[in-house]
Amino acid sequence: MFNLFLIIQNISKSFGFNSKANLVLDNVNLLIDKGEFVCLVGPSGCGKSTLLNIIAGLESASCGRIILNGSAVRDAGIDRAVVFQESALFPWLTVIDNVEFGMKMAGIKKEERKRRAMEYLKMVHLTKFKDSYIHQLSGGMRQRVALARALAIDSQVLLMDEPFSALDSQTRGILQLELQRIWMETKKTIVFVTHNIEEAVVLADRVVVMSTNPGRVKKEFKIELSRPRKPESPDVNYYVRKIMDELREEVEKVAKAEYDGDWSVEKDLFLSNVDSNIGIGL
Amino acid sequence: MLIAILELVYKINTEIIKIWNANIIPSPISVFILIIRLFETKMLIYAILSSMRRLVIGYLISVVIGSIIGFLMIHFKYIEENFSSLILGLQTLPNLAWVPFSILWFGYNESTIIFVIAIGSIFSIILAVDSGIKNVNPIYLKAAKTMGAKGYKLYSNVIIPAALPNIIAGLKEGWSFAWRGLISGEMLVSATGLGQILSKGKDASNISQVVAVMLIILSLGLVIDKFVFGRIEKSIRCRWGLM
Repeated sequence: MFNLFLIIQNISKSFGFNSKANLVLDNVNLLIDKGEFVCLVGPSGCGKSTLLNIIAGLESASCGRIILNGSAVRDAGIDRAVVFQESALFPWLTVIDNVEFGMKMAGIKKEERKRRAMEYLKMVHLTKFKDSYIHQLSGGMRQRVALARALAIDSQVLLMDEPFSALDSQTRGILQLELQRIWMETKKTIVFVTHNIEEAVVLADRVVVMSTNPGRVKKEFKIELSRPRKPESPDVNYYVRKIMDELREEVEKVAKAEYDGDWSVEKDLFLSNVDSNIGIGL
Repeated sequence: MLIAILELVYKINTEIIKIWNANIIPSPISVFILIIRLFETKMLIYAILSSMRRLVIGYLISVVIGSIIGFLMIHFKYIEENFSSLILGLQTLPNLAWVPFSILWFGYNESTIIFVIAIGSIFSIILAVDSGIKNVNPIYLKAAKTMGAKGYKLYSNVIIPAALPNIIAGLKEGWSFAWRGLISGEMLVSATGLGQILSKGKDASNISQVVAVMLIILSLGLVIDKFVFGRIEKSIRCRWGLM
């Protein structure tokens, strides 16, 4: 059962030096199994994106290490593909050339590249647009291409940094379903960062809630629901509630730091309002 | 038709109202005729060809060396730290100021003009390559690194294409500086070329010839700008979706 694949060990990260250094991540430990889908959620500023960048090798940790499949990772590399929040597709290349990019860097032959790129484009339903340039695509299509591009390098881990957060909610819903399907097909190990708890519950095997200032792992939730999951299902809702309760305290902490001191979260108004006192007359 | 209207305006002003002096302001028809005659005698064709040859050689030298220096500046930070303000200063130095320097180095010959052309345009090319690469969106570099692009492959597949819109703008600017360098060099040094015809026109107080050559220089510049740089720029902007 225990199949440790990606180990995040004692990761700390602080920006700046000396006594004023700002501690963003404080001793984060996380063990991820092969083929597991893990979502990191937390209020803004909890360092979840920083953690993802450290795993990707785009930022270095102040201390601690990342071990992937038995060896420590240092720089960015093709064993960890990343899908970014904003479209990081190359505007000077067509859709298919973008998807082929990683394979081209790896020196794979043209025909082979093309064949595999088409496979991944088929997976995200964009074969029709293979010769389009990026600016001709909508936001949702761009993230599909980005996903295809990341899948195409056939990495061991797929890291996704709030990939759907810039999309409208309908598109996001569709892409969440697609990602579930693709994950079931490919059985990739995915680390997915989001601030949207519902999204996390719909997608993940395990939701890791992070606390803020400094960022720590606060609690983990195993989501044991069958797939595909729909955001409107009551089971999903149940988990969202549970995680929300866990997070509320953190969100308040952030808000207190950002707003004036006398600000506080409004109390639950439900029962104190006479008109909605549903217990009456029973 | 346009020439006829201009000629009419010209006649009114010179002969009827008499506010224009015919020695200073040329008649449009005479300029037109002169351009045709210059073409007929083949003098102009030769002048254009020899000017163009110099221009292309000088410009290519400056593009090659300028790009190399630009890349070196990106690669070795200390070059940039120590020389970028010098280069910025040199870019503002007019081409004409290089002519005496160049004459002392190379004498009155072809190399002098080519040197003036190259030196005039090189600094804007260096700066364009430098700033073009510096302004590449870091997200492209991040994405490329996670897909295994490194070193030379990172340059040729990501950094250069990403910087190209800015670099092209710099190349265009460099081209216009090269043009200026060409004409100033030829006016002072050469026995052939457009600048020399311009200079001869001045010596002969022939205002029509001066204006005719100016018009030719202007239209050559426009044509090259539109058909060479305009096309390249347009195709890049089209791809990027910047139109």
